Amino acid sequence: MSQTFLYLTLALYGLATLFYLVYLSRTTEQLASWSHRLITLGFIAHLLSTIHLISSTGQLPISTISESLSLFSLTIVGAFILFERLYKVAILGSFVIPLAMISIVISSALPETVSDVPPPQYGLWFWAHILLIFVSYATFTISCGASVMYLLQQHFLKKKHFGALFRKLPSLDTLEEISYRSLMVGFPMLTAAIISGAVRSYQAVGNYWSWSDPKQVWTLITWLIYAALLHGRFVVGWRGKKAAYLSMLGFVVLLVSLIGIKHNLNW
Amino acid sequence: MHIIVVGLSHKTASVEIREKAAFSPNMIEKPLLELIALEDIVESLIVSTCNRVEIYAATRDIAGGISRVKRFMADYHRISYEQLENHLYSHHSESAIRHLFRVASSLDSMVVGEPQILGQIKSSYGYAAEYKSSGIILNRFLHKAFSVAKRVRTETRIASSAVSIAFAAVELAKKILGDLTGKSVMLIGAGEMCELAAKHFINNGTSGLMVTNRTFSRAQRLAEDFSGEAVPFESFLDQLHRADIVLSSTGAETAIISARDVEQVVRRRRFKPMFFIDIAVPRDIDAKVNDVESAYLFTVDDLHEIVQTNLAQRNLEAEKAEEIVEHEVGRFSHWLNSLELTPTIVALRNRFDDIRRAELARAVSGWKGLSTEDEKRLDALTVAIMNKLLHPPTSALKKAGQGGRIDLYVDSLRDLFDLKTESQEQDELELEE
Repeated sequence: MSQTFLYLTLALYGLATLFYLVYLSRTTEQLASWSHRLITLGFIAHLLSTIHLISSTGQLPISTISESLSLFSLTIVGAFILFERLYKVAILGSFVIPLAMISIVISSALPETVSDVPPPQYGLWFWAHILLIFVSYATFTISCGASVMYLLQQHFLKKKHFGALFRKLPSLDTLEEISYRSLMVGFPMLTAAIISGAVRSYQAVGNYWSWSDPKQVWTLITWLIYAALLHGRFVVGWRGKKAAYLSMLGFVVLLVSLIGIKHNLNW
Repeated sequence: MHIIVVGLSHKTASVEIREKAAFSPNMIEKPLLELIALEDIVESLIVSTCNRVEIYAATRDIAGGISRVKRFMADYHRISYEQLENHLYSHHSESAIRHLFRVASSLDSMVVGEPQILGQIKSSYGYAAEYKSSGIILNRFLHKAFSVAKRVRTETRIASSAVSIAFAAVELAKKILGDLTGKSVMLIGAGEMCELAAKHFINNGTSGLMVTNRTFSRAQRLAEDFSGEAVPFESFLDQLHRADIVLSSTGAETAIISARDVEQVVRRRRFKPMFFIDIAVPRDIDAKVNDVESAYLFTVDDLHEIVQTNLAQRNLEAEKAEEIVEHEVGRFSHWLNSLELTPTIVALRNRFDDIRRAELARAVSGWKGLSTEDEKRLDALTVAIMNKLLHPPTSALKKAGQGGRIDLYVDSLRDLFDLKTESQEQDELELEE
């Protein structure tokens, strides 16, 4: 059953990605609304698939990279749908949805490893920690997407390239706003995620923090980067290029943390 | 009933002629009423703008109607008919419908996509409705024109991009700063372009206009015009950080704003983006300012380039718009033609029935030995004959479908069977609605 949903999700995401990419060169209202419909349907399919997976296995789908990437993809799409509704910037999809697509494709390409270790007892803190991490990652992805768009648009404005893409991209102001607004949602979530993770850690192994756990360290680095970014934006007055690059750096670190680093503790 | 239009525009007449032929809005009642008093002209509407003067009318007689309207224009304005006629164009039926739809959608304007024409036509319609010179046909026609114009505006991007330097400046500012509400502008120097751009910015919500000029009194005067503040030229650099948008157009030989100046200003503004427009030749603002983070510098050439790109885009969009118009012309033509159809069928039927009754009455009156039963039979017989005769033509009429055929059939029927007088027709049209 979840297989069917998976294929459905892949197909819908794939089509949506195609539409959003075509949207970069041809803009019509119909294209925008179809892209939106497709991605919303895909999201529903993906969500149902994930819920089914959770209820049938009884555990959170985060033990393998494959599962993490799938969840990552889901949250990116969810966050995108929300931001697209708020800011009516369909073209954000052209930059963000392909990421979600790549994520789910890799996820389904990776082999499924069956773990013979019985799932640990999950408590409220663990669930909270996972949820917060993934949602914050999704908002950081949005921020990165908006930052890339910002850099593009700024390039067009500085170099006086007034092509079709320049016309389609929203104002620098809007792009900056999407970028930092998403951070303002994501950063507190990340903070809460680290805290809830620490509590869970205490429950499981007896201490709140372990410097030898690479995942905790990398998450902290991610947190520091975004903290610096927000501080710079509001206190020092960093804008434009600097802020955009930092947002992209944060995203790269987050990606490494998500797929490259694992907790070395038995949680 | 047919729609005709007679008029002249910037495409066929110079401004001197257009001036002479123009109708003033405060004296529009008289010509509107005089038009419908003309023979065969049943409804009238006048559109008179600085770029066109057009009279739309509903008439039974196309050729006669057009020539009467032309003569009316010449006589009313006391221009010689021969002189005026050279500049006049006329359209009827489908091409008249197409003409108004195109004009209302700004496809016939000097700058395709301009927004004023629709408002102008709307107020022309307002007068015609007020003085009751328009009726069912023109009312429906104008309403349709408005909705076609709206379709064109929303479904194409014909009006979405700036095609003048001043508009382009505003568009760019929005691309950089987003919503312009509350943003402040500094005007350095003076000049038509400067003032026009400033006006556009204010219309888009900017507040806090600062004006500076080497001649302080000029700055003060301009500041007063725009309810802004005058800044002495010697110290404008100190105030520069307050402006989000800077328009410069002085006669200075060398740059009055350097990259170094802007670096300091930008830092003082905590790197909030700043939009510079340099209209002056030689340039007022050092080109290197564009390399400063958060500062965006544009010259008139850059703006001109945007306008060119936008114009090219508009022409593409205009093609789409023409398609939309064409489609709507077809629909409206069909409606207009079908308006004639039912009354015509009814009139034909009535004519046949009148004849039937008359002949039956005559035959029965001298008939000895005719029972009521027989009379009824006769009546039924004549009705049956009449229906059988009428059936093929009426069903053919109903099937006539789109294109000019209905119009042709209806006109032919009316002529051949001498159906209807003018006033009876009007009554029926009114009933129809």
